[in-house]
Amino acid sequence: MAEAEEPAGDPATASPRPLFAGLSDISISQDIPIEGEITIPVRSRTREFDSSTLNESVRNTIMRDLKAVGKKFMHVLYPRKSNTLLRDWDLWGPLILCVTLALMLQRGTVDGEKDGGPQFAEVFVIVWFGAVTITLNSKLLGGNISFFQSLCVLGYCILPLTVAMMICRLVLLAGPGPVNFMIRLFVVAVMFAWSVIASTAFLADSQPPNRKILAVYPVFLFYFVISWMILTFTPQ
Amino acid sequence: MTMAAVDELAFHEFEEAANLLVETPHAATTCRSDQLTSQDHVAVTVGSSVGYGAEEVEEEGDKTAVLDRIKGSLLPWPGHNFVRHHLRNRPDLYGPFWICATLAFVLAVTGNLTLVLAQRRDPSIHYSPQFHKVTVAGITIYCYAWLVPLALWGFLRWRQGARERIGPYTFLETVCVYGYSLFVFIPTVVLWLIPVSWLQWLFGALALTLSAAGLVFTLWPVVREDTRLVAAALLSAVVLLHALLAVGCKLYFFQPLPLERVVPSLQAASLPPNILLPPTQPHPMATS
Repeated sequence: MAEAEEPAGDPATASPRPLFAGLSDISISQDIPIEGEITIPVRSRTREFDSSTLNESVRNTIMRDLKAVGKKFMHVLYPRKSNTLLRDWDLWGPLILCVTLALMLQRGTVDGEKDGGPQFAEVFVIVWFGAVTITLNSKLLGGNISFFQSLCVLGYCILPLTVAMMICRLVLLAGPGPVNFMIRLFVVAVMFAWSVIASTAFLADSQPPNRKILAVYPVFLFYFVISWMILTFTPQ
Repeated sequence: MTMAAVDELAFHEFEEAANLLVETPHAATTCRSDQLTSQDHVAVTVGSSVGYGAEEVEEEGDKTAVLDRIKGSLLPWPGHNFVRHHLRNRPDLYGPFWICATLAFVLAVTGNLTLVLAQRRDPSIHYSPQFHKVTVAGITIYCYAWLVPLALWGFLRWRQGARERIGPYTFLETVCVYGYSLFVFIPTVVLWLIPVSWLQWLFGALALTLSAAGLVFTLWPVVREDTRLVAAALLSAVVLLHALLAVGCKLYFFQPLPLERVVPSLQAASLPPNILLPPTQPHPMATS
């Protein structure tokens, strides 16, 4: 082991040395053990999560997504000022609702006359392009909600109207008549009001106050059109 | 101007200056601002530059602005130019788009409601939701409200191309004028539910007058510098197209009576295929 040697001499006459050059000459007189085991007491969470979702059964995956969708349905049915719908948005719920609504609304058989109820594609296009248009409108008005969050809210708020459609179909089984029509009108009106209130509870906060009504009116028109389609549904 | 004066400059809208500008939009107005301590003159030059620059404002204003424009379209006045007074050279797309959407749906819905009411009176009429009318209404209204202003704007620019002055309105302003002028048809269409025929024609004529008057008063300042023949031809073409739209909507969406003659003819039309089929197999009448 070399001993530490400091070049004795006048610092002024010594030649300029690079920084830390003397470090290599310093020796340590005793051993400091620097060996051992390095273990991480807790395994990394993400790796565990990844492998578990990859290896989990299909049933678990579907049930997890269905539970998320069901939770959002509950938020729509009892609208409070929560932002669960906004925070973890998904478009599965709107897709399920739109497909259900379009299936129930379309004409049963292909009949000769061309004036009848809407076809599946017409309902689908109205729902999705209507939602996209309303989202673009609220973004142009300066709202601070993102595109997919808005689509998510508008899609989920169709739930009351889908329930109304199911009730109307059941009521229509009893046969047409004025009482029948009044019941259907009442149910559709109540569900329409529910949809509009639920969606404005989520969407209105994102707009500046002098433009709230400008953002809410297209939502009103959108649900009005869907309610109209439900109300005029006549089984063939 | 000193730097301090530049910091204190703010754009103030002066009422008398605004009214002056309405008459002569190309004037340069100088106003003294009382806020400036350095007694500098604030020169406000308003020309077409403000109008063209405001195109990037897609959705402008708030609900009072939109309501104000709707009221302006409902009550046209000979001196009031819709573009200068109400739009103030800041067109918005909210009004035209949603007024057209509302009008298309209201047309389809009330047309269907007249069918319901007619069926109440005469049970032989067959009721159907007639959903295809929504599509037809939507396409018609949107094409009218966007293609006709395009043609008008193009024509006006071609006519004034020979002159140096920038006269006509931008495309968005023309679309705005047409869109807001369609607003008066929305209550008219709802009133057309009343099944009294002469009343329907009266309401239609009233709405058409208001709407066309709004258009004519807006276009008059631009068109009056042209030759009398072109001016008269343009204005009458505008009014004629508007009347055509109104009458066409009335006839297409609100005539339940011909339907009872149409339904038997549909059944008659579907009989021949039945006859052609072998008579032993009873085929349903459902043919596409």
